Amino acid sequence: MADKSVASRQSPLVRAEQAKLAKKSPLELDRLIHERLRLGIISALAVNDRLTFNDLKRLLRTTDGNLSVHARKLEEAQYIVCTKSFDGRVPRTEFSLTAAGRRALEKYLAHMEAIIKAVRE
Amino acid sequence: MNREPGNREPTNRRTEPTNREPGTGNPRTSRSPPLWYKVLNVTNHAEPIHAHAIADIRFIRETMERAAAFTAVPGWGGVVMGVSACLTAAIAGRPDDSARWIGIWLGDAALAAGVAVVAAARKARRSGVLLSSAPAVKFGLAYAPPLAAGVVLTVVFAATGLGTRLPACWLLLYGTAVATGGAFSVRVVPIMGLCFMALGTAAFVAPPALGHWFMAAGFGGLHIAFGLVIAKRYGG
Repeated sequence: MADKSVASRQSPLVRAEQAKLAKKSPLELDRLIHERLRLGIISALAVNDRLTFNDLKRLLRTTDGNLSVHARKLEEAQYIVCTKSFDGRVPRTEFSLTAAGRRALEKYLAHMEAIIKAVRE
Repeated sequence: MNREPGNREPTNRRTEPTNREPGTGNPRTSRSPPLWYKVLNVTNHAEPIHAHAIADIRFIRETMERAAAFTAVPGWGGVVMGVSACLTAAIAGRPDDSARWIGIWLGDAALAAGVAVVAAARKARRSGVLLSSAPAVKFGLAYAPPLAAGVVLTVVFAATGLGTRLPACWLLLYGTAVATGGAFSVRVVPIMGLCFMALGTAAFVAPPALGHWFMAAGFGGLHIAFGLVIAKRYGG
């Protein structure tokens, strides 16, 4: 559902990326979310208001260390927001996607779509 | 592994120099290809960039689906529930408003619930999702109210001599539960719910004496058919 809403908003973006391809100007690939795990974090958060650290860890089948390193990079870029709280005495870390993060994902999807369309045409 | 698309083409152009290709007459390369050729040749045979783009989009879609939908609906568990329902329909026979008939079906419902919980927990563990995750909780919250209504109506129907109408009531409300819960799951689940609802509606129209056939067709046939589809397409 949510990915459909992203797709429906991205056509101008796709057109812009295709125009860049047509002019043979270099495409700016967002390397920050090009990495698989970071792309997974952003994609999962795009369809959930918030996800806990453990939810993301299980969903992406990764380790604590790996997830925290990549989440930190996304947080530094202000693509995601990290909220720390306590559930009783147990610390709870939750992530949510920022507007900048959602825009970055939409642009990345548009970029990929433009590449596919350029090859097919 | 981050590859900028703009960087690939110049790299590929360098991979097959006209006068230094290994094994084509150059005495230096008659032994084995030099290291630079081996390295660049890997890039030359790498997947085209659009294949990476397709794989990336597929990865994004799959991650979103797993994050947003409750995917631990058990396919094989459904098949077991279906077989059990067919056996129960054969044992219980035609609905006769007796405590025995209702009791047999309630026993089967308890067994099916146990199978469903165990199978869903196993599938969730296998696929790395929690039964306490947000999609699973939403599925449960949407699934439970129609079942609770079914419990209330079972008591009411049994107490007012409408026991022979219970098959239609159960099929309709179970279908409603699956359809509403299925809104938070993969597409086939709400479709299964709608099929149950259609069968329940038909059972209300049909003579009450045919109730056991509807039970076998719904809780048996639909569970087996959709269970096989879910098991095949959604990993068990």
